[in-house]
Amino acid sequence: MTTAAEYVEPPPRQSLGRRLSTFFYRHPWATVGALVVAPLGWLVAVYLGSLFFLLLASVWDTNPFTSEVVHDYTLDNFRRIFEEDVYREVAWRTISMAAFVTVADAVLAFPIAYYLARVASSRTRNLLVVAVLMPLWVSYLIKAYAWRTILSDSGVVNWALEPFGVTFDGYSSVGLWLVFTYLWLPFMILPVYAGLERIPDSVFEASADLGGRSLRTFLRVTLPLAFPAVVAGSIFTFSLTLGDYIAPDLITSEQFIGTVIYDQRGTNLPVAAAFTLVPIAVMIVYLLVARRLKAFEAL
Amino acid sequence: MPKKHRRWIDPAAFALLLIALAFAAASCGGDDDGDSAGTTTAEEAAASTAIPGLGATLDEIKEKARAEGRVSLVQWPGYAQLTKEFAQQTGCTVNTKDGTTSDDMISLIGSGEYDGVSASGNASVRLMERGDVVPVDTDLIPNYADVQEGIKNKDYNSKDGQPYGVPHGRGPNLLAWRTDAVKPAPDSWGVIWDTNTPYKGKISIYDDSIFIADAALYLKATKPDLGIENPYQLNEEQFNASIDLLKGLAPNVGEWWADYAKQIQSYANSDVVIGTTWPYQVNTLTGDKKPVKAIKPKEGTTGWSDTWMIYSKAKHPNCMYLWMNHMISPQAQAAVAEGFGEAPVNLKACALTKNKNHCDQFHASDESWWSDVYYWTTPTADCGGEGGTCKTQEDWVNAWTEIRG
Repeated sequence: MTTAAEYVEPPPRQSLGRRLSTFFYRHPWATVGALVVAPLGWLVAVYLGSLFFLLLASVWDTNPFTSEVVHDYTLDNFRRIFEEDVYREVAWRTISMAAFVTVADAVLAFPIAYYLARVASSRTRNLLVVAVLMPLWVSYLIKAYAWRTILSDSGVVNWALEPFGVTFDGYSSVGLWLVFTYLWLPFMILPVYAGLERIPDSVFEASADLGGRSLRTFLRVTLPLAFPAVVAGSIFTFSLTLGDYIAPDLITSEQFIGTVIYDQRGTNLPVAAAFTLVPIAVMIVYLLVARRLKAFEAL
Repeated sequence: MPKKHRRWIDPAAFALLLIALAFAAASCGGDDDGDSAGTTTAEEAAASTAIPGLGATLDEIKEKARAEGRVSLVQWPGYAQLTKEFAQQTGCTVNTKDGTTSDDMISLIGSGEYDGVSASGNASVRLMERGDVVPVDTDLIPNYADVQEGIKNKDYNSKDGQPYGVPHGRGPNLLAWRTDAVKPAPDSWGVIWDTNTPYKGKISIYDDSIFIADAALYLKATKPDLGIENPYQLNEEQFNASIDLLKGLAPNVGEWWADYAKQIQSYANSDVVIGTTWPYQVNTLTGDKKPVKAIKPKEGTTGWSDTWMIYSKAKHPNCMYLWMNHMISPQAQAAVAEGFGEAPVNLKACALTKNKNHCDQFHASDESWWSDVYYWTTPTADCGGEGGTCKTQEDWVNAWTEIRG
């Protein structure tokens, strides 16, 4: 009898892990909550929090002598950014650069992506995808400095042009445009490649059945179906150009949004913070348009 | 497939956003409190050399330094010398971070990651004012006695009669050119300021607002009507004249540099052939057998007299004290004077340089040579006798953004 009595007695205490596990089993919402709290906390505190501080810093003042931030509210920074010509010129120069880079990347990336998705054998495709990705594994700084050497007056570009009696001023807007186009090309190729691969073969067959020749098929079928993917890629090329400050500093003598912010961060943080709102506003508009063009479904 | 109507912002997401902003606002309030508390302690500390954890005697400092084991410095490139020997003697390994401009150095020190900085006058005055650096007890720095008296207790390395750190060395900003491209050899800054210069697009200029002083210095010599005396104290008229001069220069500039490595590369490749530089780049280029020559032009020049200063919240104060003592030792002074190309402040170094004439060539004790070298300092509104009518650091920085276009 004694043995039976010991047998029915419950264990004296459950371990902590066991009790936690029971708790989560009984409350499924707590499971979800515990899983998202870390990433959500990161997003809220670090990402949105720092954006909020950026906004806040843009209405602060500085001590004209020590350049320290003074916590007095002022709209002077915004007045300066909208009224002084130099900021408008820099913003316009940066946005046009981003647009030109995006167009160049789209034009270059489309044929490559098309070949990858619809022509190449799977073996060639794998090799080419690696080749496209390879530059992304190299440090950005190394690539930028390499281009500095390439574009130099005594660099390979001018060496190649020399027999024709032409010189190319590499440290210029055109030089920078080449560098940016090179740097961000993989970011355009990959989404376009994915977008083209997703088009089912049946639509091409249907086009052929209805008498569409290759050019017509391309213009009426391929391009419209792949366009959202191009827009998706352009988000990368456009935003990366808009915010970069290292390549402009290395390649040109002109100021861009990134270089102005970088230079002002130590001497006039509030003006730098106010100026960051320009690319933020531009990107919000860009993303809204991209959303209209169904780019996010193509990502 | 039924189309689902999507709202722009999910109510739940909107609620989250509000919570985020509330959080951020709350932490902002906390930050404000912390800040004001920080300022008071900095102000109190400004009067004393006390840094928590610093030994009271040299022996105690040496002992505590062994436990600290490291020191982190913000420096002008090439400044920290004989770091291996220093680590062997003291047990402190040296980590350095190069600053490109004085503003850059102030930001770096503000990050709180470093123990000390080699500050030029346009940084040191602001650092003292901000309370980022504290005075030093020179009794704990034995080599301080050997420093030239003429460089001690200047307004850029002391406040209220208290020395803030130890002098490092001084040097001029030079006019440098490639001898294969620039003929005849210039003797005046006019060659770059002339809007019809033959070297259009090949000029290299330091990319910092402090360069406005170089324009003012040229005007001081060429337009005496403006009455410029000190290129760092400019009234409205003098300032505007300097800015106009710079706006004429800007289209002729081939490259604005702040990164010395970038400038060396450009001179080496002939992308630029003339411009303003530090002796360090000249030393490196001539060391590589590049045809580069540099001079102090007849109008005089801007320059620097630098100071090693200790951060008010240094994590390794004992190693930093030993470092300051190390940097003004004859050996380190000789190494830095030849390495960077400047005049030592400890003349005992003159016996140790590889080039026995180095001290003479860099005019280490020839005060008359330095009389037309204007050391970098922070522009302030309150200029000698004119009371509050001069352009401030902030005005200089804003004008610089505009000049760069």
